[in-house]
Amino acid sequence: MKPFSKIISIITPFDKANVDTDQIIPKQFLKLITKSGFGKFLFYDWRFNHDGQKKTDFILNDSYYQDSQILVTNENFGCGSSREHAVWALKDFGFDVIISPSFADIFYSNCFKNGVLPIILDIQNIKKLLQFKDKVELDLHSQTIIFGSESITFEIDLHRKIRLLEGLDDIDLTLKEDDKIGIFEKNSSRISIFE
Amino acid sequence: MTETLFEKIWNSHVVVERENEPSLIYIDRHLIHEVTSPQAFDGLRVNNRKVRRPDLTVATIDHNVPTTDRSLPMIDETSSTQIKTLEQNCQDFGIKLFGINDPNQGIVHVIGPQLGITLPGSTIVCGDSHTSTQGAFGAFAFGIGTSEVEHTLATQTLWLEKPKTFEIIATGKRKNSFAVTSKDIILSIIKQIGTDGGTGHVLEYHGDAISDLSMEQRMTICNMSIEAGSRAGLIAPDEKTFDYLNNRKFTPKNYDELVDDWKNNLMSDANSKFDKSFTIDVEKIEPQVSWGTNPAMVSDVTSKVPTPEEFGHNNEIQIESAKKALSYMDLKPDTAIVDIPIDRVFIGSCTNARLEDLKDAAEIVKGKTVNSAVSAMVVPGSQMVKLQAEELGLDKIFKDANFEWRESGCSMCLGMNPDILKPGERCASTSNRNFEGRQGSGGRTHLVSPVMAAASAIAGHFVDVREWC
Repeated sequence: MKPFSKIISIITPFDKANVDTDQIIPKQFLKLITKSGFGKFLFYDWRFNHDGQKKTDFILNDSYYQDSQILVTNENFGCGSSREHAVWALKDFGFDVIISPSFADIFYSNCFKNGVLPIILDIQNIKKLLQFKDKVELDLHSQTIIFGSESITFEIDLHRKIRLLEGLDDIDLTLKEDDKIGIFEKNSSRISIFE
Repeated sequence: MTETLFEKIWNSHVVVERENEPSLIYIDRHLIHEVTSPQAFDGLRVNNRKVRRPDLTVATIDHNVPTTDRSLPMIDETSSTQIKTLEQNCQDFGIKLFGINDPNQGIVHVIGPQLGITLPGSTIVCGDSHTSTQGAFGAFAFGIGTSEVEHTLATQTLWLEKPKTFEIIATGKRKNSFAVTSKDIILSIIKQIGTDGGTGHVLEYHGDAISDLSMEQRMTICNMSIEAGSRAGLIAPDEKTFDYLNNRKFTPKNYDELVDDWKNNLMSDANSKFDKSFTIDVEKIEPQVSWGTNPAMVSDVTSKVPTPEEFGHNNEIQIESAKKALSYMDLKPDTAIVDIPIDRVFIGSCTNARLEDLKDAAEIVKGKTVNSAVSAMVVPGSQMVKLQAEELGLDKIFKDANFEWRESGCSMCLGMNPDILKPGERCASTSNRNFEGRQGSGGRTHLVSPVMAAASAIAGHFVDVREWC
């Protein structure tokens, strides 16, 4: 995973609540067996008409936002299905940061595994960001978002922050604990399914 | 110090624990299916890693499978590729697969308990959010993403932040326990605590109204815990649990010994502290019907579609969501629920396609005919459920009434196979999600219990099934 670096980008305001992963990446695109190429299917039913033409009134089709790396949205983002394809699609489309008052648990966890930073902010700050048109500066290291003359700090679990900043692979880290896993298995033998 | 059931399970699975860091938790059971696993196996290959415990891992094919005649070749090439990929991965990594023609094939959360793979007090994961179903057995069972599938395959552990605990106390007795089901209880709970009411928490259900439920009914409750945003749902095991798991295909050999241990340990201590609590009196619950595009947008069958203001109270965001939902669902506020006509009926999914669900639905359907404007189907949760139902003659009851009787799989719950709604079609569905497009782009889903779905299929619109039995 690439280490997470400072981001200077405009915000894509996406003022919707309870956006579920079925909307982020509809089921017909879950049949691929790779992790790449999901961006073109992001929010498919909201972005495209039945004839495959882009809907002109949908914000992600507005060329003004095409280089935006930050999606600001409303509560309970990423609810529903555990499909990690939702994060692969957002990342592939170009979003490295999702800011919301709250996230669904599995989606939140999936973000970190793919170098996407989910930030939880209170509703007042979300409202301010949704209206901010210029570029913002987002620094994970100092946990700040600078927009115009204002600055917000955000909270993030230190452990997860380090993993993002260093682009560490979870499994590599866990395998360093291999002896402890072995001891656990020895001390309390697990019931095999096929004994 | 007192502990909740969840804390007991958590504490007995901690491999590594450090202050202010997630804990490394051991996983006892890893279930795999074709959709969320291919990229995980790829990751193992690229890094030259093995599956640490194939003996704690089992796979099936459920999301993509056609529910029509399986002796015919699959039409959808991408689904076929995904299925072949799982078959190859299981072969390469030594994992037991219940494949497309295996009598034990079925929806992953249906076959786990049915085969005795699900055990009380264990940790269970699967790359599917409805893994929470298996919490009905007193297991910490939860859905994970594909990266975590890979992590579990390689290490048999996961780094987890300890969730908080949330007790749901269900008291009283249902007024008509045939017509008012556990589906109505969980929909009522979600309606009240909201789709994010349980976020970051494990829900533990208890109280007389929970003890009163069969294991299959309890599974419906735990299944939909994820729709309230929670990490998992949990019910302490009791005699019903132990009886259910006895003598299953993979029930452990020292089962009696295990049961003794579970009886002594697997419950929340008296006076144990939960982070949140919610009480519901089931006596007041009516059959429920969802009218919107998330599982909290639900009404009593005797009531009306609410106005956005009635639904959202003073919350602007909720009012906006309701407006959007009503527009998508093509419903007007103040329409009586029983006046909503339906085009399709789907009895299936990991929420409500076990044997009792089919038995109850058949009881309603027996001797009647599906309304001529409705197309209805039954998709058993597993091939074993299908076989048991056929032994009871349920297939004949459904077929005689003009229901289609299918092979098992996830089917129209999420429409990854050819079973989908056409744009604009309105479906009474026993599944778990009424999201936009969930059952097919432009399709409109109303969540109901199996008996409500069955009665509505006959009537051609929603009905109060209490009047039918």
